[in-house]
Amino acid sequence: MNTQSTVAVSGSKSKLLPIIVSAFIGMAAIFVVGHVQAGALHDAAHDVRHATGFPCH
Amino acid sequence: MFTRIAVSALFAGSAAGLIASLLQLIFVQPVLLHAELYESGELVHFGGEAISAVQDLGGIEVMRDALSIAFTIMIYTAYAFILIAAIAYSEETGNKVDARQGIIWGVAGFIAVHLAPGFSLAPEVPGVAAADVYARQIWWFPTVIAAAVAMWLIAFGKNWMMWGLACILLIAPHLIGAPEPSVFEGPVPTEIGALFAARAFGVGLAAWVLTGFFAGYFWHKEGLREGEVAAS
Repeated sequence: MNTQSTVAVSGSKSKLLPIIVSAFIGMAAIFVVGHVQAGALHDAAHDVRHATGFPCH
Repeated sequence: MFTRIAVSALFAGSAAGLIASLLQLIFVQPVLLHAELYESGELVHFGGEAISAVQDLGGIEVMRDALSIAFTIMIYTAYAFILIAAIAYSEETGNKVDARQGIIWGVAGFIAVHLAPGFSLAPEVPGVAAADVYARQIWWFPTVIAAAVAMWLIAFGKNWMMWGLACILLIAPHLIGAPEPSVFEGPVPTEIGALFAARAFGVGLAAWVLTGFFAGYFWHKEGLREGEVAAS
């Protein structure tokens, strides 16, 4: 009984971590591609930022 | 689990992002180029004589358009990572998501990242007056996160308290107010600005429906392959 509950807990933890990591990867990429104002990156992504409704300029 | 999320997100984001970038190039880019003629001062609205609404906008600019396609794919792949992470989390509590369900997830995504912030910060064409970009970004992120949480509460909330909280999360950022320009100095005709916002929303909705559809499709398919979902 005790063993079973331990397995269940570690099972849900091992699924939660990849979910959090995936969400973090997505958010970091949105930040870099869509919001960092560095010159070259802004110029390259300029049209897309406008078209996607991100704050630009 | 991570492989399943990553593979689904890469496929879904690439497919949806590629189609989205083509829709943007066809429907949004000409409006943007038209606005830039006014932003650069090449054309002057209310400058004395009437300006034709039809302008030569040039054709395809290979480098510029290729960059736009690449960045659109990156953005929708990133959105797919977040969307599929949320889908995966919902399945932990017994929800099931396939391509058909994915479309609804896509619409919810559109509301969270396009419609909710755009309700106060309309998609802006180049050359419009706007508040400081950092101030707008600081408003944009919490607004999107609040709207995303609201979408979740509407979908999975089980009582009026949760749905009420969702309403508050949707409305509050707009009552607080987005950073607005202190003066209107944009040189771009209002007709172009309005068309741009409408086109950006339309293409955004199409792109998100596709992202949700492909996310659900590949997530379900990868689940079958890994044996995490029973074939039905």
